Amino acid sequence: MNWKRKDLLGIRDLSKEEIVFLLDTAESFKDISRREIKKVPTLRGKTVITLFYEPSTRTRTSFEIAAKRLSADTINISSSTSSSTKGESLKDTARNLQSMRPDAIVIRHGMPGAPHMLAGILDSSIINGGDGSHEHPTQALLDLFTMRDKKGRIEGLKVAIVGDIAHSRVARSNIFSLTNFGNEVICCGPPTMIPPHMETLGVKVEHDLKKAVKKADVIMMLRIQKERGGTSYIPSTKEYSTLYGLTKNHIDMAADDVIVMHPGPMNRGIEIADDVADGPSSVILDQVENGVAVRMAVLYLLVGGEA
Amino acid sequence: MKKRVVLDKKAIQRTITRITYEILEKNAGCTEMCLIGIRTRGVYLANRIQDKVKDVEGIGLPFGVLDITMYRDDISKLRWPEVKKTDISFDVNNMTVVLVDDVLHTGRTTRAAIDAIMDLGRPRKIQLAVLVDRGDRELPIHPDYAGIECPVNDDEEILVRMIEIDGKDEVVIVKTR
Repeated sequence: MNWKRKDLLGIRDLSKEEIVFLLDTAESFKDISRREIKKVPTLRGKTVITLFYEPSTRTRTSFEIAAKRLSADTINISSSTSSSTKGESLKDTARNLQSMRPDAIVIRHGMPGAPHMLAGILDSSIINGGDGSHEHPTQALLDLFTMRDKKGRIEGLKVAIVGDIAHSRVARSNIFSLTNFGNEVICCGPPTMIPPHMETLGVKVEHDLKKAVKKADVIMMLRIQKERGGTSYIPSTKEYSTLYGLTKNHIDMAADDVIVMHPGPMNRGIEIADDVADGPSSVILDQVENGVAVRMAVLYLLVGGEA
Repeated sequence: MKKRVVLDKKAIQRTITRITYEILEKNAGCTEMCLIGIRTRGVYLANRIQDKVKDVEGIGLPFGVLDITMYRDDISKLRWPEVKKTDISFDVNNMTVVLVDDVLHTGRTTRAAIDAIMDLGRPRKIQLAVLVDRGDRELPIHPDYAGIECPVNDDEEILVRMIEIDGKDEVVIVKTR
């Protein structure tokens, strides 16, 4: 197929065909990270900037490694060390960066729609690395990649997404992609953490974790978003962990070959028990490994060819 | 479209047989040797050479598939060529690698393939086997084994068709304009 996009702003915009093409491309890139020489010359001479206004370990490192393994040059900017602390607006920062002619800018910002605004004013490819509680498309892609790898399919699965659905961009992006492929998605969490009218997105809402995980093929755990005021929506983390913490018992209720996913960072002992996070059904570290391959594919498709 | 058949099915078989014997002659015993086919048709050719070696010497040579897209020098000029999987499951260190491709023209594909293999290890030797050498090189690259030499005009194209994906075996010259 012919890939025509300049930017990756959300998974909601992508067709099934585009998603499958992206995952297939990522398949070819996965092997590179397992070789002794973990580098190909594909994006030689290209420049990728990561512009992060929110903290990140995985996503930024993953993008940087992905770019470097494709031989692109990478520059990391975080808000704490940038001129935004001197009062420069996002638009001005972006325009100044544009003048240095980067080929792609990966942006993470607390404000939903920030990448979309940049895409409208800049020539560089814009990749959404997470915008507020809105979308995190590369996370949804790496989750799909991991499901396809472990389950052999990304259709007809029963997926329970558990936790702070309201504040989670990971949940939102996964809901878009999973429902697009016709999976059964169950959102589970305390009523305060599930937005009203969730069902209009094509998902089921369940407040009882035991019911949500019953016969589930995939359980996707989310973290309490302390930075978005997450803890004020629950009486206590103790109570939350009693009602919504994933334990070995829940795994026994799910499908025999259930996989447990978590986008990280994990709050062990709150949303997920140690023996589940480190147990045989956990694919959490596979997600991280696959993240690099998926981001290589994204960078390759967005900036690899002629515009 | 007007076409001229350069090699038919029988001729392709004979050519592959000859290339195989040349490979065996040059690499007596063919120890620590492997075949790597360049996608797409080089893979089928390499496969046939592998079968032939088995017939003649009773040796099953390690066999790999190489996709050179990531190593192309014109990647930024193309509209996103599809990247396919490279599948080389053995260690190429100290091996004699016989690269197999259908047509050798500018030499740029071979250059990319050599770079790709070097990133997988340090082979002892890399040799190049092609079914058709159409000349007109842009790089200092020369085949070790060539089926036929077949220079063509600027307005002509050489097509290698193989039964595995094209439904028939033939090498033809077609007019492009």
